[in-house]
Amino acid sequence: MSVRLREASAGQARRRAAPAGQVRRRILTIVSLFAAGAAAVVLWAPTVGSTSISLARVFDTGIPWEDNVDAQIFFVARLPRVLSGAIVGAALAAAGVVLQAMLRNPLATPFTLGVSAGGALGAMLAIAFAFDLGMMGVSSIAIASFAGSLAAIAIVYWLASSQKRGLSTNVLLLAGVTLNSFFSALILFVQYMADFTESFRTVRWLMGDLDVGNYSPILAALPFLVTAFAVFAILPRTLNLLTLGEDVAAGRGVEVVRAQRLAFLSASLATGAAVSLGGPIGFIGIVVPHLVRLMVGSDHRVVLPAAALFGAAFTVLCDLTARTIMAPLELPVGIVTALIGGPFFLWLLVKKS
Amino acid sequence: MKKLAWGLLVRRSLGGGGGLGLCVALLAAVSISAQSRPQRIVSLVPALTEMLYAIGAGSQVVAVSSYDEYPAEVKALPRVGALLDPDTERIISLKPDLLITYGSQVDLRAQMKRAGIPTFDHRHAGLAHILVTIRDLGQRTGRGADADKLVGAIEARLAAVRARVAGRPRPKTLLVFSREPRTLRNVYVSGGRGFLHDMLEIAGGDNVFRDLDKESVQVSTETMLARAPEVILELRPEDVPDGRPMQEELASWARLASVPAVRNQRVLLISGRAVTVPGPRVADSVERMAKALHP
Repeated sequence: MSVRLREASAGQARRRAAPAGQVRRRILTIVSLFAAGAAAVVLWAPTVGSTSISLARVFDTGIPWEDNVDAQIFFVARLPRVLSGAIVGAALAAAGVVLQAMLRNPLATPFTLGVSAGGALGAMLAIAFAFDLGMMGVSSIAIASFAGSLAAIAIVYWLASSQKRGLSTNVLLLAGVTLNSFFSALILFVQYMADFTESFRTVRWLMGDLDVGNYSPILAALPFLVTAFAVFAILPRTLNLLTLGEDVAAGRGVEVVRAQRLAFLSASLATGAAVSLGGPIGFIGIVVPHLVRLMVGSDHRVVLPAAALFGAAFTVLCDLTARTIMAPLELPVGIVTALIGGPFFLWLLVKKS
Repeated sequence: MKKLAWGLLVRRSLGGGGGLGLCVALLAAVSISAQSRPQRIVSLVPALTEMLYAIGAGSQVVAVSSYDEYPAEVKALPRVGALLDPDTERIISLKPDLLITYGSQVDLRAQMKRAGIPTFDHRHAGLAHILVTIRDLGQRTGRGADADKLVGAIEARLAAVRARVAGRPRPKTLLVFSREPRTLRNVYVSGGRGFLHDMLEIAGGDNVFRDLDKESVQVSTETMLARAPEVILELRPEDVPDGRPMQEELASWARLASVPAVRNQRVLLISGRAVTVPGPRVADSVERMAKALHP
C-alpha cells in the first residue's frame, strides 16, 4: 500500500505541475458528482420501503397528522433512518480515509484504534446493567456508548503521547489494536455474565441498527460530527504529505505531531458519535475509502469528501436493503454491509496483488 | 416385577376386603413410589422449577439455575449455573437423581448420561406444551395426581377466560415483550407461534403479526405504523412503578400518532416477572391480559 500511496503521490506531484485552477476544477467536478449521487440516494430512499405510500398524501398538509399514516411512515419511520444512515456512513468512511492516511496503513479502519470497542463496551454495560441515563429522547445505550468511545480515545491518546517525541503512530496502532482486543474480551465477559435476554440484546446491538425512532439521537450526535468534519476539512493537504512519510511531510513544513493529533482526535470523535448512533456497522470504513480511491485516485482533497458522500449513499442503500429484503422482518444493517463489503474487499485484495 | 407385586397386593387386598391387606398394599405402594420418585432434583429451567413447586415436588428439589427467582423457597437453594454455563462439577457433586435440562444443552446431557444421572429435557413451545410438560413432570416425579389437578385448574381458568371474551370484538393487538426503555428502538414482538401468541389468542386479542411463523420478531417503526394495531399490549418482566415511570414508558409510543392504539389511548403495559415465564402461573397472566384487553 505504501508503494501505492507513494506512486499516487508521485502522480499527484505531477498533477501539481498542472495549473492550480485546473486542479481545483477537477476536484470540484468530482465532488459535485458524488454529492449529486448521494443527494439522489438520500432523497429517493425515504420513498421506498416495505409499505407503499403516496407522496401526495405525505406532503398534504390538509390531512391531520394523526390521520396521515403515509406522512408518519415517511417522517417518523423512514426519514430518521435514512438521515442516520447517511450521517453514520459519511462519518465512518471519512474517518477510515483519515486514519488510513495518517497511519499509512491500508488496513486501518475507524474500528482499528479501539474507539468502537470502547463504544461497544459502554453500550454492553448499559444494556447488561440497565443503566438509566437516558435523556431528551436519547437512549442510555447511546450515551453510554459515546462515553465508552471517549474513554477509549483518552486511553489510546495518553499511551501514544506518553513518549517524549510527540505522538507515535506505531504506539498508536499497537495500543489501539491491544485495547481493541482487551475491550472485546471485556465485552464477552459482560455478555456472558448478563441475563440471557440481555445477552441477546447486546449481540443485536453489535450488528448495527439505524431505526433510531426519532430525531433526537441524530441531533445529539450532530455537534460532535460537525466538529469532526470541520477538522476533516482542513486535513486533506496535510494527509497528502503525511502519506509520503513523516520526515518528508516535516520537510515541507507540516507540523507532523499536531497534524496527527488532529487527525486521530477528529476521526475518533466521528467514529464514537457514529457508533453511538447506529452501532459498530462494519466494512464501511474500509471498503468505501478503497473503492473511492479506485475511482478518483488518491489526492485526499478529492478522496475525503468523495468518500464521505459515497459512504453516506452506500450505508443508506444497505439499510434500504436491510429493511425491505425480508419485510416485514428486519435484517440487521451490519449483516448487509458485511455481506456486500466482505467479498468486495477480498476481490479488491486479490485484484491488487 | 415390582409393579406386578403391587398389582397383586392391591387385587388381593381388595378381593379379600381385609384391613390388613389394604394396609400392606398402601405401605408397599408408598415404599415403591419412594424408590422410583426422584428425591434430588436439580432444575436448570426456571419455568420447570415453578412447575415442580406447583405440583408439590418442591421438597424434592435440591438445586436450581442462577436465574431462578420463584417461588421464594428457591432463593435458599444452591445455584448450579444456567443455560449457557451449567456447572457440571457442582451438579454431579450434588448427586441428583433427576436433572432438568433445556433442549439445546446437548453436551450436558451426554455428560450426565456418562455420569449415570437421568435427565428431563425441555424446550419452550406453545401454551398446550406447558400443560403437557406439567403432566410429564408429574409422572416423572411421582406427583401425577397433583399435576393432573393443577392442569385441570389451569384449563378451567383458561376456559373461563375464553367464555368471558367469547363474542366480544377481538382487537388487533401488537404484543410487545422487549424494547429499549423509553425509546422505540429494538422492539421485539410475538409472531404467530409460541406461548405468548397462544396467551393473547385466549385473552381475546388478534395478533397483528400472526402471519409470521416465528416466536419473536424484531419489527421496524414502519411495520408497526403500517399494521396499525388497535391495542398495543406490552409485557415487561421488570416492575414498572405506576405514576411517572409508567407515564414515561407509555409516552414513547406517542410518536406513532396514527396508530389506533395510540390515538384511542389503548397502549397497555403489564409488568412483572411472571408474565413472560411459560410456567404454571400462565393462567394469571392470561387473566391479566384479558382484563386489560376486555375490561
